[in-house]
Amino acid sequence: MRVTVKLFARLRDITGTSEMVRDVVAGGTVRALWESLAAEFPELASYERSISTAVNADYARMSDPLADGDDVAFLPPVSGG
Amino acid sequence: MGIPLLAIGPEPLALEPLIAAVTERGEATGADGAVATFLGLVRNHNVGRQVQYLEYEAYEPLALRAFERIATEIQVRWPDVRLALHHRIGRIEIGGVSVAIAAASPHRGHAFSACRYTIERIKQIAPIWKREFFDGGDVWIEGATADPDDAAALAEAERIACV
Repeated sequence: MRVTVKLFARLRDITGTSEMVRDVVAGGTVRALWESLAAEFPELASYERSISTAVNADYARMSDPLADGDDVAFLPPVSGG
Repeated sequence: MGIPLLAIGPEPLALEPLIAAVTERGEATGADGAVATFLGLVRNHNVGRQVQYLEYEAYEPLALRAFERIATEIQVRWPDVRLALHHRIGRIEIGGVSVAIAAASPHRGHAFSACRYTIERIKQIAPIWKREFFDGGDVWIEGATADPDDAAALAEAERIACV
């Protein structure tokens, strides 16, 4: 199945894109998707303990399973205000 | 039809429309005894760096959901408060307004607390990032790991807001 990955702030700088499409195995989790991205872009690994995630524009957990067509966002620590 | 109570976008911010939005309550207009407001400004210095300007980026649909969540948390803690919250994104010059908050209540204590609580929660859970352009370079500012269900963060926001 196929998901869209959205990346923000420094994560976007590291990967060079704000959006990418990736194939994931059926029942794969957000964490598995993150780990595959971190393997592809080693600089992401330093965010392992500090990122948040959102699926379809709602906060989610790294352990959540993905579905075909999901929008998966990875969010570095926030700094609004 | 007035302005939205919760918003994020590139337009410059002002307090007056937010104050009007929180105090005009239809048949209940006139019940408020206080409006507390907050403006976040872009300052010209940060950890020893001379700041030139900031660029704000957001995951806008999730930011609006985070604002809605904050408004709901306010309703639970201070049911008589009406909240307006607008955040700006894009390039903002020194002295510019990045965030504007207005909280109206029959009582000043609730208005002050709700206003303070709101800015603390924005910094904890709103998917917004500032990139600082300073003399000699630029850097993404990274603060809190956003987790709306983090009980310790909620307790800290409540403590600061004197709940």
